[in-house]
Amino acid sequence: MKQDLRNPLARARGLGSAKDGVGHWWTQRITALALVFLTVYFLVTVLGLVHADFATARATVGKPWNAVLLIALIVSMFWHAVLGLQVVIEDYVHTRWLELLSLVLIKFLAVLGALAGVLAVLRVALGS
Amino acid sequence: MAEFTLPKNSKIQTGKHFPAKDAKKSRTFKVYRWTPDDGQNPRTDTYEVDLAACGPMVLDALLKIKNEIDPTLSLRRSCREGICGSCAMNIDGTNTLACTKAISDCGGGTVNIYPLPHMPVVKDLVPDLTHFYAQFASIKPWLRTQSPAPADKERLQSPEDRKKLDGLYECILCACCSTSCPSYWWNGDRYLGPAILLQAYRWIVDSRDEDTGARLDDLEDPFKLYRCHTIMNCARTCPKGLNPAKAIAEIKKLIVQRRSA
Repeated sequence: MKQDLRNPLARARGLGSAKDGVGHWWTQRITALALVFLTVYFLVTVLGLVHADFATARATVGKPWNAVLLIALIVSMFWHAVLGLQVVIEDYVHTRWLELLSLVLIKFLAVLGALAGVLAVLRVALGS
Repeated sequence: MAEFTLPKNSKIQTGKHFPAKDAKKSRTFKVYRWTPDDGQNPRTDTYEVDLAACGPMVLDALLKIKNEIDPTLSLRRSCREGICGSCAMNIDGTNTLACTKAISDCGGGTVNIYPLPHMPVVKDLVPDLTHFYAQFASIKPWLRTQSPAPADKERLQSPEDRKKLDGLYECILCACCSTSCPSYWWNGDRYLGPAILLQAYRWIVDSRDEDTGARLDDLEDPFKLYRCHTIMNCARTCPKGLNPAKAIAEIKKLIVQRRSA
């Protein structure tokens, strides 16, 4: 074992407090709350379209309220997912470079995924 | 990655068997053994103990083993009444105090006894708690004030404010909760763990303390505090019946309270 002559207290105090973390914690709860309502809305809307044809489905998604709520769902879902994944990676990935890489990567992927979803809804809603 | 399997030199092997002679009421104890001196892997030794000539608690059985069967067994104990926290170990799959755990309360068959999980082992049932104690010191667990002490009396506290310390002051720092917490297993180097956070909250709610803001500042950290994912093993295993998870939730609430939503 590598000899560590530091005082145990120095090791326990480490780099000190990041004075950060409450934003992450609070946002995770707020997005969870939003997702409770948005998921119910989404399921009800999608189940209502089960026997509908393509034109009806397209028209439903294009209605302003539906488009707004769908975009809200997409944004809060990806936001919530990236916050959750971040916790999982911080918990289990202890190789520093791999941890950093995956933390940055999930953020890029989440932003791309959310943008793609929003664009899809906008194209239907704005009809281009 | 977090390690989910034991390294090669920590894999547990089957050890010696000590049968009981002419026992009236025999019970089998399987005890984790490891010594730094012989370069061997850890092993579990099996002891048959005659309960007819033994006290009712697991600690009684362990001391009987040490006194009468195998003096090489190492363990910590002191008060034998659940107030010092020395004999914390993993008994029958749960972290608890050997002195307050009745042998009859262990599930049928063999009683398995291991040191506290995921701690470096000094020898046998003795874990190295250096880092745990250093983490306790790091929260500065004493009354921190700016106002000078009253000249002719102690700092007063109303009975209502004193009540807020109930369920917190009883903690004996036995480390049962922290070593039962998966978050503490994976990130114990930085996560303070349930025991230390409960102690931190004990000073945060103390009406006589004047450094609450700084205490919250020191705790607000993705690793020191927010590794708690409310798994609740801490509350389930606490031999004193305390609820560290609730204390942690209260700290999180206070940190939210002092900022804008």
